Amino acid sequence: MIELILSDRCSGCNHCVAVCPTDVLAPGIDGLPTIVRQADCQTCFMCELYCTSDAIYVHPASEHAVTVDPAQIRASGLLGQYRRDSGWHEWADDPRYTNQHWRMEEIFVLARSLPKT
Amino acid sequence: MTSPLTTPAPTLQIDADVLVIGGGLAGTWAAVAAAREGARVVLTEKGFCGTSGVTATAGPGHWWVPPEQRQAAIDKRMASAAGLGDANWMARILETTWQTLPSLDRLYRFPTNSQGEKQYRALRGPEYMRAMRQLTLEHDVTLLDHSPALELLKNTHGELAGARGLQRQRQREWVVRAPAVVLSTGGCAFHSRLLGSQNNTGDGYLMGVEAGAELSGMEFSSYYCIAPAGSTMTRSMVYTFGRYFSASGRELPISQGPDFNESLARALLEGPVYCRLDRIPQDIRARLPSVQPNLMLPFDRLGIDPYRDMFAVTLHGEGTVRGVGGLRLVDEQCQTRLPGLFAAGDAASREQVTGALSGGGAVNSSWALSSGQWAGRGAALHARQHPLRTGPGYGTARVGLLPLGDDPQGSSDLVSTVQNEMHPYDKNLFRTGTQLQRSLAELDNGWDRLREQRGARDPAAQLRWRETAAMLASARWCYGAALERKESRGIHQRSDAPQQQARFDLHLRSGGLDAPWVRRDPLQTHAQAPA
Repeated sequence: MIELILSDRCSGCNHCVAVCPTDVLAPGIDGLPTIVRQADCQTCFMCELYCTSDAIYVHPASEHAVTVDPAQIRASGLLGQYRRDSGWHEWADDPRYTNQHWRMEEIFVLARSLPKT
Repeated sequence: MTSPLTTPAPTLQIDADVLVIGGGLAGTWAAVAAAREGARVVLTEKGFCGTSGVTATAGPGHWWVPPEQRQAAIDKRMASAAGLGDANWMARILETTWQTLPSLDRLYRFPTNSQGEKQYRALRGPEYMRAMRQLTLEHDVTLLDHSPALELLKNTHGELAGARGLQRQRQREWVVRAPAVVLSTGGCAFHSRLLGSQNNTGDGYLMGVEAGAELSGMEFSSYYCIAPAGSTMTRSMVYTFGRYFSASGRELPISQGPDFNESLARALLEGPVYCRLDRIPQDIRARLPSVQPNLMLPFDRLGIDPYRDMFAVTLHGEGTVRGVGGLRLVDEQCQTRLPGLFAAGDAASREQVTGALSGGGAVNSSWALSSGQWAGRGAALHARQHPLRTGPGYGTARVGLLPLGDDPQGSSDLVSTVQNEMHPYDKNLFRTGTQLQRSLAELDNGWDRLREQRGARDPAAQLRWRETAAMLASARWCYGAALERKESRGIHQRSDAPQQQARFDLHLRSGGLDAPWVRRDPLQTHAQAPA
């Protein structure tokens, strides 16, 4: 579930409020997005993908909230990981993050060619 | 209009030719196709068109087959369809897929392989749906995000007249009057934590049945997908390399192939199952984040090295998402039994193209893309022939659309009732007549509790109750049909009737609310004219 929106990184664009498919977020009184219906989060990571400020952290535990340490998350290098690996926004022309999704087919072929366990 | 919503802001009212409900893969293609026919189109989406639905979070391949290889592909699929497939429909979606995907070239950056050839077959979900959002906007489709539909409307002549719902971020109601409606609301995964499926609660099945449509193939609703335990990450590709272990570290005989889910489920019924991906070659490991960027998120964030560590896995139910059943189509335009009401994607039954077996990602994506366009075009033509009549629309909801009022418990207990019957492997994947009857009794009891509910505390709760009604109804239709089909065929497996039987070479239609029914129809009836 979504656990953090780091206010010092957040630009206040509130794009995450719009793109969240399950309506978990709402603009707060300070104009910055806040997590108002965490239990509705479907752990799809879409908010992270669309956040150009890399201000959002979604924990992979989908059944319950998890307390995370913001300082640890900042230091982890995980903020913005999904957006970067997807080659979105400023990463679009970086050859390290070229879309290789089409290789799925050859990966499946390779897996099937391995001897059965 | 029945049971008015009480929202502070004035209702948003729009007249259109075609209303598309659900902005995933099928719905966006439907909206674009209708607009290309010159129709004024409104697309309403429960969440956000672009991120909502199971395509946006996945990486859909397609049934992408060059013309010279198609007959062989169709023959193979017909053989696995267990008698319920239709070669003509398969040929139609193959051709439509082949024509359609290259047309996205301007909006989706199709990568090239090392020979410099563009790769059209498989798209990344977020980019695909971002492109589809853009395409609908370029076609002047009126797009309403965060606008779940609550019920279909009919006019005083009893004809379909649009729908109404809630704009949940604006706290107001919407009413779209239109003579043609496409239901592209997705399948129903019964809140299983299948990636991206939380909005897929069977709303279209419920709305369609209430208005006069019927369902088909609902017994084919027992597909599951592997994920790291506790996570939603149902990206199955890497698990074809997996080795599987019991809690004591004993390696389990679970290997790839058609029996993978069943053997994993049997092991999970015995206790926790752990996986290790050490058979994935180094070069593939390095590449995986660029192939499926969301795949590694749970591992990286939990500090798991899946190539070295053993991690617990689970199976999430897909219901009708990668199952088969849905609204029954009666013509090649994807019209339902109710004139003017069309269905596409997972909301429609796709027995024609998958038969009794799951279409997996590829056939199902081709189905969504194709049925979406056919439904959109069909709806536009219907609207041209049956222009919108003046006068109000009347709501058709019959269950779960509650006025504001007392709501001490909320709907979560009833959602748990549905989950307790639909997710356990020994109830849904390994079916028996006795257990199906037991589950149906629990679900009927839940239905009675739903019927006793008199109010919802606020508009958000109104939506939850309506979704709960849709899940409960869908669950009863799935198991009602599963009980009726006293044999095993495709993904519908009954241990009390393990053989496929010729006397069940037929389609099971279903419907009904307080009294669900199942009807046996002979094969080859889906091309008949609307009733």
